[in-house]
Amino acid sequence: MVLKAFFPTCCASADSGLLVGRWVPEQSSAVVLAVVHFPFIPLQVKELLAQVHQAGRVGLAVLGTWCHRRQEAEESLGHFLEGLGTIFSHEPWLQLCREQGSKLWSCKATRRQVPPCPGAPYEDQVMLVFYDQRKVLLSQLHPPAALPDCLAGDAAPSAGGLAAVFDTVARSEALFRSDRFDDGPVRLSHWQSDGVEASILAELAKRASGPVCVLLACLLSLVSAASACRLFKLWPLSFVWSKLSVCEQLRHRLEQLTLVFSTQKAENPTQLMRKANVLVSVLLDVALGLALLSWLRGKDRIGPLAEALVPVADHVAEELQHLLQWLMGAPAGLKMNRALDQVLGRFFLYHLHLWISYIHLMSPFIERILWHVGLSACLGLTVALSILSDIIALLTFHIYCFYVYGARLYCLKICGLSSLWRLFRGKKWNVLRQRVDSCSYDLDQLFIGTLLFTILVFLLPTTALYYLVFTLLRLLVVAVQGLMHLLVDLINSLPLYSLGLRLCRPYRLAAGVKFRVLEHEAGRPLRLLMQINPLPYGRVVHTYRLPSCGCHPTHPWGSLCRKLFFGELIYPWRQRGDKQA
Amino acid sequence: MEDERSFSDICGGRLALQRRYYSPSCREFCLSCPRLSLRSLTAVTCTVWLAAYGLFTLCENSMILSAAIFITLLGLLGYLHFVKIDQETLLIIDSLGIQMTSSYASGKESTTFIEMGKVKDVVINEAIYMKVIYYLCILLKDPMEPHGISQVVPVFQVSTEQLSKVFSPKKICYLSPFSAFLLLLMFSRNVNSSCQDYLRTPDSYF
Repeated sequence: MVLKAFFPTCCASADSGLLVGRWVPEQSSAVVLAVVHFPFIPLQVKELLAQVHQAGRVGLAVLGTWCHRRQEAEESLGHFLEGLGTIFSHEPWLQLCREQGSKLWSCKATRRQVPPCPGAPYEDQVMLVFYDQRKVLLSQLHPPAALPDCLAGDAAPSAGGLAAVFDTVARSEALFRSDRFDDGPVRLSHWQSDGVEASILAELAKRASGPVCVLLACLLSLVSAASACRLFKLWPLSFVWSKLSVCEQLRHRLEQLTLVFSTQKAENPTQLMRKANVLVSVLLDVALGLALLSWLRGKDRIGPLAEALVPVADHVAEELQHLLQWLMGAPAGLKMNRALDQVLGRFFLYHLHLWISYIHLMSPFIERILWHVGLSACLGLTVALSILSDIIALLTFHIYCFYVYGARLYCLKICGLSSLWRLFRGKKWNVLRQRVDSCSYDLDQLFIGTLLFTILVFLLPTTALYYLVFTLLRLLVVAVQGLMHLLVDLINSLPLYSLGLRLCRPYRLAAGVKFRVLEHEAGRPLRLLMQINPLPYGRVVHTYRLPSCGCHPTHPWGSLCRKLFFGELIYPWRQRGDKQA
Repeated sequence: MEDERSFSDICGGRLALQRRYYSPSCREFCLSCPRLSLRSLTAVTCTVWLAAYGLFTLCENSMILSAAIFITLLGLLGYLHFVKIDQETLLIIDSLGIQMTSSYASGKESTTFIEMGKVKDVVINEAIYMKVIYYLCILLKDPMEPHGISQVVPVFQVSTEQLSKVFSPKKICYLSPFSAFLLLLMFSRNVNSSCQDYLRTPDSYF
């Protein structure tokens, strides 16, 4: 196999010295991490490597020598470097050499021992692969290589292929702490030699995050303790809380904030990304909510909005009245059973009249309520949208009631019809055996049964029409609420921090690597540049998607149609409590 | 060392295959597809604008014309950025892996790198799609099952339809076994001397 030498680009202009890194025998590749400069004491170099081994559980060694020729004749340096091979024994011993200012490199890898297979040369063919050390250190491969959790110090983790390079660089952070400009015993050149990077804001944020987290964690625990109070578990309050989507959303946000401000450090990069995503999502939510609030208060829009609300509700009620009048007449040319029609129509009209009176009773308080609702937008746009969805649900409560009445009536009728149809054919439903059995009825039973069956059949169109109309209205309201929930879900689950990272620092999220062949001359070793291939946006969203509230419809279309046909009630939003039950 | 051969595909466009030999352990195959033809572009634009003008005469709304212009522009940009492949490159590096790059007409490059440890085998597949098409594909190992195959990755995805002329039965004994043989050579650990000679003088087979 060709010997691959992974060389950091930052060391290409470093002075001559020793190459320090990790040798991966399975892939015959040498990952160079740093260059040790003269003068050094071999014992101190070995001590440093042992320290790094203990800290990062990665076995480093001196891999060879690096020679950067500055003047024309530096043969003595060459001989000196060759002599170092006897002090630090490593198989194979790498010798990299470069002329200053030129792109000509030369590599040699020698083996002192007899090679295992006869006929193989003493010198291996070497291929140079340059990599950007800083980017490889900061990046994270997807999918993460499944490394065995090794607690023992000796066993080195074995990641397959190129993941080994990433893993080696990530574990050698202890090596990058000292630099050639420091006064330590050993002078190293690595990515920090180009200039140690630090940001005042990042450091301040790190120092401040500790106490801020503790404070916010205490506050959040107080809030959750208050919400778990026994008072709220009493019926009917618990019933009301479970039905309102705003409570669900607030609970979800509370959980997320508790996760973000917990004093435990993130165990792995995935958890850290999740925390960051949640924080950015909450901040964006609050920012949008504040924008909405300022827009509402800006031109004092709450007053006109409140004043417009009651006439809108009145208008909707009027339209419903017209609809009922139409149904009571001859809707779409269909001939209805006059008596049943009148009864149902009058019943629904009275219900509507009660509803309009209720709305008029509430109208003085609407502006106050809207003002407080607008204030709740401080907590986030998602909360405001949830409240809006709940208000729509409350305002269209009469439609929901009509739907329930129509559905129950229709369901009863369908049940009666199916049972009497069985009687008509001389069969009955055996509850014990859960199947249809034949049965011999008396004559008067048959007579009454058939009579009832006929009555129900002829009354079916009327009931079916009322059921159809109110179901369509209910589905319309459900669709509108569904759109709002979809928007809330989107804001909740979109991983904005990951998307921003992919946009601004694409090397942090790596799907793999890509190679580019550099200028090549015959007789010289092959030089490749290894770059990081960033993760596509679709995969970023898929991998880092946040868990949503869980309030979305879960009915497959087939069962929905079946329920609609048989008149069973549809509950479009399965609340979290129902799911766990 | 560079080598270029040109072919023509079914529609008459020019296909060029470039082979670069960097070192004994690194080769590159570069296939250039025919460019976007002015004729097809003009035809599509004229159709869309005529349809928009027809709608405009019906509806008397000038927004339709602006919308047609936007649609044409966005459609062209989208086509150039996501669909039209200009060049496909296959880079084979011994004991590292195989890299496939597609460069689109808008300059976007999408790269896939498959590590040598994941590759199980390289095969030539035959597909019957109105005519017989031969294409090269790479079989990947399944981490769960040692003898199973997890994925089949075709090489030169877009160009294969056009390469049916290239991989015609007359020429297949000259071209595709050579590329497959070359790839197979990269995988084999024991390279004996006759194969080494073959690699040094590939031109003898043309």
